[in-house]
Amino acid sequence: MVWAGCALVLLIIPLAPTSGFALSLSSQMAIAAVFALSYNMLLGQTGLLSFGHAVFMGIGGFVAIHVLRSVNAGEWQLPLILLPLIGALGGACFGLVFGWFATRRSSTAFAMITLGFGELVYASAFIFVDLYGGEQGITADRTLAPKILGLEFASQLQVYYLIMSWAFIAAVLIFIIGRTPLGRVALATRDNAERVAFIGYNPNRVRFLMFVLSTFFAGMAGSLFAIDYEIVTYGSLGLSASAQVLMMAFIGGSSTFVGPIVGAILITGLQVLLGQYTDLWILYLGVLFAIVIRFAPDGLAGLIAKECASWRLNHIRGRSVLIGLRTIAAVIAAIGFVTLLELASRAKTASVGGAVLRVWGTHVDVMSPWPWLFAGICFLMGLISLRFVHLAAARRMSVADVNGEPK
Amino acid sequence: MVRLLIEPVLNGIVYGLLLFMLSSGVTLIFSMMGVVNFAHASFYMLGAYFAYQISSAVGFWPALVLAPICAGILGAALERWGLRGVRQHGHVAEMLFTFSFVLIIQEAVQLIWGRVAVPYAIPEELSFSISAGVGINYPVYRLFMVGISVGMFAALLLLITKTRIGIIVQASLTHPEMVGFLGHNVPKVFTFVFGFGCGLAGLAGVIGGNMFSTDPGMAHALGAIAFVVVVVGGLGSLGGALIASLLIGLLQNVSISVDGSLADLFRLANIQVGTTGPIAELMHLSLNRVAPLLPYLLMVVILAVRPRGLLGRRI
Amino acid sequence: MSVALRMSDVHKRFGRVQIIRGVSLDITQGERHAIIGPNGAGKSTLFNLISGRLAVSSGRIELADKNITGLSPFEIKRRGLSRSFQVTNIFPRLSVFENVRCSLQWSEGWRYSFWRLADAIPELRRKAELVIDEIGLTGRSSTPAGVLTYAEQRALEIGITIAGDTSVILLDEPMAGMSLVETQHALELIRRISSNRTLLMIEHDMNVVFDLADRISVLVYGKIIATGTPAEIRSNDRVREAYLGTKVADVASS
Repeated sequence: MVWAGCALVLLIIPLAPTSGFALSLSSQMAIAAVFALSYNMLLGQTGLLSFGHAVFMGIGGFVAIHVLRSVNAGEWQLPLILLPLIGALGGACFGLVFGWFATRRSSTAFAMITLGFGELVYASAFIFVDLYGGEQGITADRTLAPKILGLEFASQLQVYYLIMSWAFIAAVLIFIIGRTPLGRVALATRDNAERVAFIGYNPNRVRFLMFVLSTFFAGMAGSLFAIDYEIVTYGSLGLSASAQVLMMAFIGGSSTFVGPIVGAILITGLQVLLGQYTDLWILYLGVLFAIVIRFAPDGLAGLIAKECASWRLNHIRGRSVLIGLRTIAAVIAAIGFVTLLELASRAKTASVGGAVLRVWGTHVDVMSPWPWLFAGICFLMGLISLRFVHLAAARRMSVADVNGEPK
Repeated sequence: MVRLLIEPVLNGIVYGLLLFMLSSGVTLIFSMMGVVNFAHASFYMLGAYFAYQISSAVGFWPALVLAPICAGILGAALERWGLRGVRQHGHVAEMLFTFSFVLIIQEAVQLIWGRVAVPYAIPEELSFSISAGVGINYPVYRLFMVGISVGMFAALLLLITKTRIGIIVQASLTHPEMVGFLGHNVPKVFTFVFGFGCGLAGLAGVIGGNMFSTDPGMAHALGAIAFVVVVVGGLGSLGGALIASLLIGLLQNVSISVDGSLADLFRLANIQVGTTGPIAELMHLSLNRVAPLLPYLLMVVILAVRPRGLLGRRI
Repeated sequence: MSVALRMSDVHKRFGRVQIIRGVSLDITQGERHAIIGPNGAGKSTLFNLISGRLAVSSGRIELADKNITGLSPFEIKRRGLSRSFQVTNIFPRLSVFENVRCSLQWSEGWRYSFWRLADAIPELRRKAELVIDEIGLTGRSSTPAGVLTYAEQRALEIGITIAGDTSVILLDEPMAGMSLVETQHALELIRRISSNRTLLMIEHDMNVVFDLADRISVLVYGKIIATGTPAEIRSNDRVREAYLGTKVADVASS
């Protein structure tokens, strides 16, 4: 049911007013979502933390773009619609080789191996210039492929539907895999890898298989990327890309299926929308990440799921009031924090770029003390209010405990 | 031929000892707390930037003492008010938390000091070279770096084996709960060790930042190699970290200075290697071009052949 | 009577410390065999050796006349030997149902398949529900294992152990931490599930041991000093001297 609803929404998006922008943003988000879902097959499903997942998306992208080049040159005949499969297989082949000896280690060691391997591939990008294209990357033309049903994929709309269809298929497949015997025992491996051996499964084999499947979908995301941008560069392989997908899966929520999708949408949105206004969005992302780890390790989707469950059990008005207060306090603190940093950033370059900063729709003079004061007070007030609400909530909990009431 | 190698070898040792200063901190923190501190190289970077700032104000020698302390205090604060609260969520959460700080510190440094390298220079007193025999002049500053790192290693050893706090730390390495039951404030010990480790990284930054470049990318550059060192040496082994650091330091510095390829090697034996095809391409790659790859290749080999590293415990 | 499990001169050393010093024991098919002994005798270590969690330093372990020395835990489980843990070792974030179903998957032949939905396999569901009924957790099927009470978790621990084709079960202090009432329930459960299987059990609760076991072995400092029926063990002087002290004398005379 839910799936049909989502499919419907995806079909309708092109009808939105700012259609062109919405289409390209949605395509970006879809690609990120597939990547994040593939990543969560490792993190949320199998308990494997990888710092090098971008390698497999990058490999998939490079394989796809090289194949597309060959198709452009007439060497191969392959309709564009099937290209994502090729990239997926490319990613999976690499995943097969790497995963075979990476999954034999403990989870801490696995994390470090992925980090090192990611760096290895990234460093090799400058050495094998033919494969990776050096600084400029590798380009291809998606319109010069054998046509199916007269589709040329020159228009954004056709590309959107191609990407969305494959993204939807990928999401459905990943969902299904999670509910197969392998998927179920992967969850058990995440919970207690040692015990899994005592119920008859080789935990390393479980990890290996999930790893290969995950790299299949990462490769698919890579080829969708290649189709969308018609260029792949070595940046797609690097640590920042791997870090981003990690954050998407974690901030969104690694314990639910939709969590990574939520995270992908959120962070892509942040990148595109916020990135227009400020260079500091990466810093904000890092701070958000740290806060989520510390206070909401189940991620946003996990948080919402917990609150919904709690709401279903007892309709407590007091609790939602506290949540509302918390949110307001957090927003105030965030506004103060962001303003302070933006002011600082502009103050640094005031001599060059001018002392006027456009923030929250108004212009402020960076050199005068008032904006700083206002922002500083905002920030402090927000933090103090949070602490207040926290203490009030704790008192409420203990009172409810004493009285035997539901919380 | 030998003379040509002396300088790279010396450079390799210097670089290796710098790597050891970094990796020893990571190893210490991992052995104690089970956390891989991904932000360790970020504290290296902070140490360099702090030293730049302090030495611009009061000179290099105060900076040598103050910058690592600042880095250490920052690390301790991070542990006390951040990491400690994350511990309840498990090792993965702890690692990710330190990872988030890589990002935050990186951006903060760019915000405060800009994206371009800052002119953190070697102090006047140490910027001359001395003769190292066979007609080579070697920069004294590099020898100074060796001195500092060896001194640090010796101090670390003494601290761990001979002082009271060192013994508590040793005990907490394997039995943190028991140490707590004996009345010691184990969380405080953790905070101390974490701060100390970050301080060591800061010290490395102080002496490395002016030798190499002090820019926002330095954490990433050195940090990745430091992790290779930790993996090759073996998670949790200080001795392994030392050996691996020197090994990789030598590997990197010697290979950058060798302008030959496998094909050249074959030519010495009068075997001609073809020039077409991917295998031939590989053969004609000169060593100094693949030099950046070598540490990672070494890591891959170690992981395939002896996954626990040179001296690590079984993992 | 055939031998279900045979240990021949098994030794285990950790560095220079000898934990198991030559254990030789035959467990007959279908019997309920208890291992008792003071703390530190090496009972859990013995279980770890049999189940493959630790490697033997020397010696031989055979399951139904086939050598299982040195095999990994999952290989041993696939051959029909299953064990429980003294410290509850379940899958906390999975529901009770999932815990049991996962334990059944391999022996039902589903292995690593990822092309069939687990929910769409009626046989798995049926067998899982049977096991859940046996261990008495029918009403708690969809509860996450991590929030069960201690006794429920111990029951689940046993459930995971018996799921699948197991012919030999090793239970490591199944009654640990249980109240009198809970112990009674657990005792009945163990009696039921071991009626058609071979049971090897470590226990400290002497009432349980003498009630349930067909034979008892006494492990002291890594060696078995006596094996026999409960009556024989009760009256064995070496056993009294080494371990039981006045306790058995009281139970024996009661």
